[in-house]
Amino acid sequence: MALLEVAGLTKVYGLLRALDGVDLKVDAGSFHGLIGPNGSGKSTLLKSIAGAHYATAGTIRFDGQDITTAPPYRRSRAGLSFKFQITAVLNDLSVYDNVLLALQSMESNWALLRNRSRLRLDGEVMHALERFRLADRADDLAGELSHGEQQWLEIAMALAPRPKLLLLDEPTGGMSPEERRVTGELLAPIKNECALIIVEHDLDFIKNICDRLTVLDQGRVLGDGTVAEIEHDARVQEIYTSRV
Amino acid sequence: MNVATGAAALRQVRVRSSSLPLLPVIELAMLAALVATPFALASRPELITLMTNILILSLLALSFDLCWGFSGIMSYGQALFFGVAGYVVALVGRDLDFSQMWATLPLAMLVGALLAAALAAFLLLGRKTPTSIFVAFGTLTGAYAAERLVAGWQYVGAGNGLSSIKLMAFGNYEFVEGFEFYSVALGALVVVYLLSRAVVRSQLGLVLAGMRQNEERLAFFGYRVQVFKALIFTFSGAVAGLSGALYSYHQGFTGPTNLGPGLSTTAVIYCLFGGSGTLIGPVIGTIAIELLSYVLADTDAIRQFWPVILGVVLLVVVMFQPTGLLGLVVSPRERIGSFGARRRVG
Repeated sequence: MALLEVAGLTKVYGLLRALDGVDLKVDAGSFHGLIGPNGSGKSTLLKSIAGAHYATAGTIRFDGQDITTAPPYRRSRAGLSFKFQITAVLNDLSVYDNVLLALQSMESNWALLRNRSRLRLDGEVMHALERFRLADRADDLAGELSHGEQQWLEIAMALAPRPKLLLLDEPTGGMSPEERRVTGELLAPIKNECALIIVEHDLDFIKNICDRLTVLDQGRVLGDGTVAEIEHDARVQEIYTSRV
Repeated sequence: MNVATGAAALRQVRVRSSSLPLLPVIELAMLAALVATPFALASRPELITLMTNILILSLLALSFDLCWGFSGIMSYGQALFFGVAGYVVALVGRDLDFSQMWATLPLAMLVGALLAAALAAFLLLGRKTPTSIFVAFGTLTGAYAAERLVAGWQYVGAGNGLSSIKLMAFGNYEFVEGFEFYSVALGALVVVYLLSRAVVRSQLGLVLAGMRQNEERLAFFGYRVQVFKALIFTFSGAVAGLSGALYSYHQGFTGPTNLGPGLSTTAVIYCLFGGSGTLIGPVIGTIAIELLSYVLADTDAIRQFWPVILGVVLLVVVMFQPTGLLGLVVSPRERIGSFGARRRVG
């Protein structure tokens, strides 16, 4: 059974069908890329899976549970983690506290009030920061980081609670080529930890790290397969050569 | 030297070079001043009475700050919890001839907490995430409706309120205005302050700090943001209830205006004037505004129009110094502070 099963997902905004009967399966441990032209529904699909908005029709099953109408906090507790397209780090908190906030989210309110995990999580916070090359910025405010560093902090925060599936919406958006290369290096090792769905415009980046690709166009699935299969799909080549 | 050790060393250097935190110094100075006040004013009992009132109202301002400054809940209904608790202790005194503080003060806190929890269930815990405006209008309407209700209810004295409230007692000792009541009020403020400090500096306080900046982001971490808001709102209701009970006992009177939008708004002004988002800010704001009112009202040259001067001062501070008086000396970084095991700021 797939870790994530999306069936017939439809999202309608007024007269616009942003998603139109989308099917998607993601297996545990696989890296899955969502590609397609602007406005094809990639981010809408990712947000529907994360719970940022609710689908008009269709179902989303995650790890055996129907989460179609579950609020974001419940999806997060089930093991879904989402990184926003626009960086959403908490600018007025330190880099350290941003990661601590993400890590302690599974603690009970009572445990949080009693600071039960503050010491225990210290090592995990620093490990997450070291992994994403932010350890020496731990005490700085998140708002003081460069754009690329903020993206890394976001990924570190999204990974901190050890999700089963990580949803990344354009993690290299606004990054320099060097930062993109480093991001690819940073993401590769997480394959042993969780599955990944990534929306990205940089096709070279996404081809290098993903096992499978799903191509969306005008809210519908145009193609789904391995990177090699999608690369040789005539319909995909057509939309990328004619419209992108 | 490996990467981790190097990073730790770098952090240590930053710690040493960072400026010393000011907030603890201000808190200790304020405590010392408030402890010394009744001794310094021993020959002016009317000023001890004034300062007692100020301490009690500081609790109300603090309750608003817990909502707005720390949790992003715009509550215009803090006087509702304050006033109802004040009426409850007055009625218990009148109808049951009972005013033992060991029972009535916790009762007042319970009443405030239950009322706030009921309001939170309606305003914060619905299916849809409420907007700030919805919560502000909801709490405002609650306070307004309660004031109108009480003003027309004969059992609670209607528009005249309840007077000659039975004196607060502990055993056979009855508390009248003066040093003893001041000590009780200061004790209550210190206990609530320390309790609130423990809450806002805890890991739960980190959640509140995150909520203030981006509620949506926290929901995607797995936090039930509205539940945290409801918890803090309930706690603030208990604090406002304690304040209301002490106020009724101290004044010997309570009336409909004690639970209306007017007093709720006054608490907002106290907090914004002193500096929201810090616990000492509302205390400083209450002291500053009430002492300024006292001095202006007592100055012959401006006796007729002192409220206009006070209004202009408040307007200038709230408009041009949004972080309040405390924001003049305390940095934004220190106001928010740090929460991890390696805390160094705040």
